[in-house]
Amino acid sequence: MTISELSLCARDLACERGGRLVYDGLSFSLKGGEALVLTGPNGAGKSSLLRQLAGLLDVTRGEIALEGGDPERTPGEQAHYAGHLDALKPSMSVVETVIFWRRFLGSIPQGAETALEALGLLHLADLPVAYLSAGQRRRLSLARLIAVPRPIWLLDEPTVALDAASVARLLGLMKGHLGQGGMIVAATHLDLGLEGAKTLRLGAEVAA
Amino acid sequence: MAAMNSPTALQRFHAYANPARFMALSSRLVAPLWILSVLVLGAGLWFALFDSPPDYQQGETVRIMYVHVPSAWLSMFGYGVMAFASAVGLVFRHPLSDVCAKSAAPIGASFTFLALLTGSLWGQPMWGTWWEWDARMTSVLILFFLYLGYIALWATIEEPVRAARAAAVLALVGAINIPIIRYSVVWWNTLHQPASVFRMDGPSIAPAMLLPLGLMGVGFTLLFITLLLVRMRAEVMRRRVRNLRLATAGAAAEG
Amino acid sequence: MMRAFLALLARDLRLAVRLGGGGGMAVFFFLIVISLLPLGIGPDRALLAKVAPGMLWVALLLAALLTLDRLFQADYEDGSLDLLTMGPLPLELVVVAKAVGHWLTTGLPLVVAAPLLGVLLNLPGEAYPPMMAAMLIGTPALSFLGAIGAALTVGIRRGGLLASLLVLPFYIPVLIFGVGAADAAAGGFSGEAGRQSLLLLGAVALASLVLGPLGGAAALRANLR
Repeated sequence: MTISELSLCARDLACERGGRLVYDGLSFSLKGGEALVLTGPNGAGKSSLLRQLAGLLDVTRGEIALEGGDPERTPGEQAHYAGHLDALKPSMSVVETVIFWRRFLGSIPQGAETALEALGLLHLADLPVAYLSAGQRRRLSLARLIAVPRPIWLLDEPTVALDAASVARLLGLMKGHLGQGGMIVAATHLDLGLEGAKTLRLGAEVAA
Repeated sequence: MAAMNSPTALQRFHAYANPARFMALSSRLVAPLWILSVLVLGAGLWFALFDSPPDYQQGETVRIMYVHVPSAWLSMFGYGVMAFASAVGLVFRHPLSDVCAKSAAPIGASFTFLALLTGSLWGQPMWGTWWEWDARMTSVLILFFLYLGYIALWATIEEPVRAARAAAVLALVGAINIPIIRYSVVWWNTLHQPASVFRMDGPSIAPAMLLPLGLMGVGFTLLFITLLLVRMRAEVMRRRVRNLRLATAGAAAEG
Repeated sequence: MMRAFLALLARDLRLAVRLGGGGGMAVFFFLIVISLLPLGIGPDRALLAKVAPGMLWVALLLAALLTLDRLFQADYEDGSLDLLTMGPLPLELVVVAKAVGHWLTTGLPLVVAAPLLGVLLNLPGEAYPPMMAAMLIGTPALSFLGAIGAALTVGIRRGGLLASLLVLPFYIPVLIFGVGAADAAAGGFSGEAGRQSLLLLGAVALASLVLGPLGGAAALRANLR
């Protein structure tokens, strides 16, 4: 796998939402094994940038390129996006949810145990999602990152609703992902404690 | 009466409304009730199909009546049970009355459907059509809609306590509305001269038909009660499973 | 890609069965609308027979509309729609999977219920086969055209009503040719008029199989990004 030769570049990105220019002239580049932490006040565009990287939001100006990835697929199709919404169906069981993601996102036939194990949900596998607590739902949502291997993780406030133990668990998974040459872009208020992570502060120019 | 010795009727009622006691009591009742229903229905069917005279006007088709009339009776009885249980549930907040109302609905709806179906089968030789919009059939059809709406409401609201409240209100509003609907349908029907329509209740019933009809009525009612108990037991167990699962998720959250 | 398509379709069917809502309620609505008709215009059998094909189709359109707003809205609200656009499956095929799921859980049950309701309206016996054929051909068009309306209004509060207004005009050809097929048989015309209606209905359905996914995917892109 040539995952370590990947690099994600954003050149001169701009984002316009509802007639307002959220940010302009944003550039960064990220190599395999590197993490980028987005900081800045509310409304600075952290979520918008993540959605643009995921291909969920149109790029007003500039470009996003993934070099060394699968040329047949857009950067968004090689990324995981974990936003504020959990994308869970209450009437599906925990294991059904993960199996669906594996089949739909990764065309992988079976097997959900590793992902559930990694997020500490294996003992709840057969429970309908409706019975889970907020933290358990969040963890299940994040199980997607492990269930379907993709080089880029785009995380929007991933620690919301997680207790200290679960945050530590997530941090371990993130480090593992970086160790395998993956990339992480995360927006967070919390200091995640990722050593060597780059930081991008958004909203400096609109601080007035 | 034995009831005189025990504290009060209300306390007795509360005691039986306790799900655990209900499960213990009903587990002993279900089997005998099944046997009794089958025996009475068997006897009723034998009289209805073999040992009763054909009607001088309708011939053999009159035998449909032995299924149709009890079904029609149970369609109303079922709604009555549902509405009564709903009222008790709203006033006394007993979990079992919700269970009873919820369990009665699909059974009542099934008997209503059976009444419509047999009415339609009976109508074909009588009227030359499978369906005739006469006041009686139309009222039963509307009753069927009320049942379906009630069932749909239960199915849509996830949380049992909230669903029970809402469904109880609907059942009671329905119970108040049924006479009004019935009256309006009769009024609508008389506007449209039901000239040649055969009256289903018939002017008179030969005494030889009364025995099978009575047996079938009792048998159907026994069957209804048996099914109701079975469904209530299933519902209580379903709620236990739900609580266990919630507990599983909760325990995992703490651990 | 096939696996992703089937996974999505299977998930939608599973959700429909578990929630029990959608299809069952559409059939219930269909039934109740049809029953209101004699109460409105009177129980005259000849009159009912005359309006039966048209009324059955109109009620079927309305019942199919009723379930449309949840087609993408539920996935939008819980964030699943984001994921559906990030998979290997092109958005057009996502729309196809959703529309096929909608047809299987709503359109097909409505078609199955239709003959029973025909009895209530005293539909002439010879009209049943062409009506059923027309509904089998026409209902997929309802799901596929409806997908465009549902995609256009996704994320809009009370979009369901708006979707109905947008989609109903597109349903007109289905209604005209669908009723035409049954009416020709009921009216005792030669088979030619009915056959023509069925063929035209087939053409409309085929066109909607193409138009629905393209339009639906374009609408989703416009709405989401």
